[in-house]
Amino acid sequence: MAEKKKLSRRKFLVRGGLGTIGVLAVGTYLFRNPIRRGIAGVLDTMDTPFTGNTSSPIIWFEMTADNTIILHSPKVEMGQGTFTSLAQMAADELDISMEQIKVVHASSASGNMDGFATGGSTSVSALWVPLRELAATMREMIKNEAASKLGVSPTEVSTANGVVSVGEKTMTYADAVANVTEWDVPDTPVLKDIKDYKFIGKPIPRVDLKDKVFGSPIYGMDAAMPGMLYGAVVRSSAIGAKYIDADTSKAENMPGVIKVIKEPDFVGVVATSLIEAENAKSAIDVRWEVERNWQTADIEAMIEVGKGEAFVIQKEGDAKNILEEEEGLITSEYKSPIGAHAQLEPNGALAFVEADKATIMMSTQVVKITRDEIADRIGLDEEKVNIVPTFLGGGFGRRLHTPNAIQAAVMSKAVGKPVKCFFTRKEEFQNDTFRPPTHHVLKAKLTEDGMIEAIEHNVSSGDVAFGSPMVPSFAAPILGADLGAWRGGMIQYGAIPNYRTISWRVTLPFATSWWRSLGLLANTFAIESFMDELAIAAKKNPAEFRLAQIQDDNRGFRLKEVIKAAVEKSRYTDEIVNGRAMGFAVSTDVNTPCAQVVEVSIENNEIKVYKVTCAMDPGISVNPDQVRAQCEGAIIMGMSASMFEKMEVEDGELTPTIYGPYQMALMKNAPKEIDVVLLQNDDKPGAVGEPPLGPIGAAIANAVFRLTGQRFRSMPFKLA
Amino acid sequence: MNISFNINGKSESVEITDENTPLLWVVRDILDLKGTKFGCGKAACGACTLHVDGEAIRSCSYPVKLVEGKMITTLEGLGDAENPHPVQQAWIEEIVPQCGYCQPGFMMATAALLNKIPNPTDEDIDNNISNVCRCGTYYRMRKAIHRAAELNVSEVASETQNS
Ligand code: FES
Ligand code: FES
Repeated sequence: MAEKKKLSRRKFLVRGGLGTIGVLAVGTYLFRNPIRRGIAGVLDTMDTPFTGNTSSPIIWFEMTADNTIILHSPKVEMGQGTFTSLAQMAADELDISMEQIKVVHASSASGNMDGFATGGSTSVSALWVPLRELAATMREMIKNEAASKLGVSPTEVSTANGVVSVGEKTMTYADAVANVTEWDVPDTPVLKDIKDYKFIGKPIPRVDLKDKVFGSPIYGMDAAMPGMLYGAVVRSSAIGAKYIDADTSKAENMPGVIKVIKEPDFVGVVATSLIEAENAKSAIDVRWEVERNWQTADIEAMIEVGKGEAFVIQKEGDAKNILEEEEGLITSEYKSPIGAHAQLEPNGALAFVEADKATIMMSTQVVKITRDEIADRIGLDEEKVNIVPTFLGGGFGRRLHTPNAIQAAVMSKAVGKPVKCFFTRKEEFQNDTFRPPTHHVLKAKLTEDGMIEAIEHNVSSGDVAFGSPMVPSFAAPILGADLGAWRGGMIQYGAIPNYRTISWRVTLPFATSWWRSLGLLANTFAIESFMDELAIAAKKNPAEFRLAQIQDDNRGFRLKEVIKAAVEKSRYTDEIVNGRAMGFAVSTDVNTPCAQVVEVSIENNEIKVYKVTCAMDPGISVNPDQVRAQCEGAIIMGMSASMFEKMEVEDGELTPTIYGPYQMALMKNAPKEIDVVLLQNDDKPGAVGEPPLGPIGAAIANAVFRLTGQRFRSMPFKLA
Repeated sequence: MNISFNINGKSESVEITDENTPLLWVVRDILDLKGTKFGCGKAACGACTLHVDGEAIRSCSYPVKLVEGKMITTLEGLGDAENPHPVQQAWIEEIVPQCGYCQPGFMMATAALLNKIPNPTDEDIDNNISNVCRCGTYYRMRKAIHRAAELNVSEVASETQNS
């Protein structure tokens, strides 16, 4: 007999929201020790399971009187389209239409919080099983209630479009759940067959499309509360500046100023308008202690293979000894610069701290960490701090650190009113958690018939994962090397008999951390440029050269298939046709292989990318249109980073501090054609948001080499 | 001082202490129209683009004193779900937005471009649309701009027919 868990009435809070008639909470999606398993998963398969809150109950679904089901998403929507995919997955198992489901961000008070974050291209894959099981369970619960109200057996009823029916009799889901205070939670039902899904696998328009086209106030920057004031925090533009003291006498008497707030680690001001707060802020005279006047050259000298701590992260055969012999050795070096996130919506938060509770509205990728840090600083229990996530005006990893939210909360507590505080663009550029610069040394030897006998990749990088609150300190000794820095850094050609990857760790004087795809872009630029050099040395077609060195397991099969698809669809050729050359590169990230072919020419001494063909195998594409959108966006972001972007360190400051001087791809640089080919050689959804960022830099560099003979050794690319 | 203007077809008048306050903050914080975004505050990204007397301007760097007696249109005034502007309609058809934060600025810049050049070439688009989109939606935007031009033409045609 099926075991039934009785959930008590106490655990089903009925929410008094407008039109809400009941909150259906399904709790207990249990993982044993989720953090540990999460880390192990990352190490093992680069597959991150959902490490959600396991305390029961937590709110997943909410039924409204108009028969709409609200899904409380523990993952945030930052443009990657997760809300739409989750809606498709839930609607299919709930037997409701896309119009009958609405997705909102779960507030931390709902209990539905992700212990990990929104990031790492894991949202859809991690929730693929749990969310469908929860939805199917909900459907069964609704069925049971309807059956008992209709006086029939649950086995007799069927469900479709939010209606339960038996013969002529029908009942909406809303009527079925009305006044239910105690639920029988059945065993998890068997999920539907994939081919029976109506929405999964279809290019359903984004669920947030209208809000975004008609300008709804959905972002952190748009958050407002009655009586809201504006805060501003004085920030130093110098690297490593320590706050000592401030003279605030002038600011205190400026128009609109409510209070100047001096804390041990920062000074801020609260005023009635943003302009008044900013004006007062510039009148505050702060004494900073700066230890060293850093320059770009200092940073470049630190990022050098051979310096810092080394970890062998991949080893097969005897690459070390084979590559010690000078004879026949091919060696190349590559570099990548400091990269900024440059997301359009600056970081900020609206905080309202009251005597016994706090509410924070903001764009964050780490709801739980944001909550715990604020609770700790303002001295409230974690449960008393409610983080209400908003839509993000871009994430890209920038919102995996949210110390700015603490400052908003401290200022709100000091004035007893809601305070909104966000970064200026200059502060955003200077206080970013940058993509670390890298240095790569590659070595290889070819056999007589032009195969790789041995290859080695050495990568030196600033920290990515280490130092981040997301990676618990116990993980560092287990992991050894920085798992973020070596993303994409391993040799993916498993048929090569001898290979080795070594990661060199350096901690820089400014924050470096997660940037969409982490080390993938730079590592792939280095490895795949080198593979191109080797293919040319071996006098082979670059795609065939790679295909011949891939192992015959499942991973190898999927990798070969994307290579073949990209080559075929783009009609890749080594020849220059009408002044245009093609370039090829391929990477595997979080188990998703992605191959790209670009077509470039040189016009007015500038690289022009005409067309990109992208073949990717993310397994099941829950929403193929949004998978394509992620490919298009990642390709353009990767082009931007490899062709234009670079932060410098000048006289102790990170610069530039504005778009334009921080050059990025614009409309005129975007390819007119992006042809995405989606393969499906896996039976579950895999990573999508980051993998297509891998090959683009190398593919462009390889194309330019074919056209001009110039081999780019560092990003951003500069034509000779 | 008091500044009066017309915004999205409505007369407004605001009391402001600092006449150099950027129009953006008057629109967002005083008039509570949040469809116009802040990205940089230095006329460098275009997120704050709106129309003043039909011209696209970057409102973060446009002192409010300059709009006395003028006509302002923001994204909210361009169209709504019931009655979308051709640009908004095209953006929906092409499913352009990702994070969406830059999109109001692009739609306003596009609407102004189509007023001047009803059927822009790729080159016109490259030369006139210089906003920043970090999510890299330019590829779909270009398709949407061409689509909007088509919709615009058919809208004008049907208006002429009906008159
Ligand atoms: S906010 Fe006005 S151009 Fe960036
Ligand atoms: S859609 Fe995100 S910045 Fe353009």
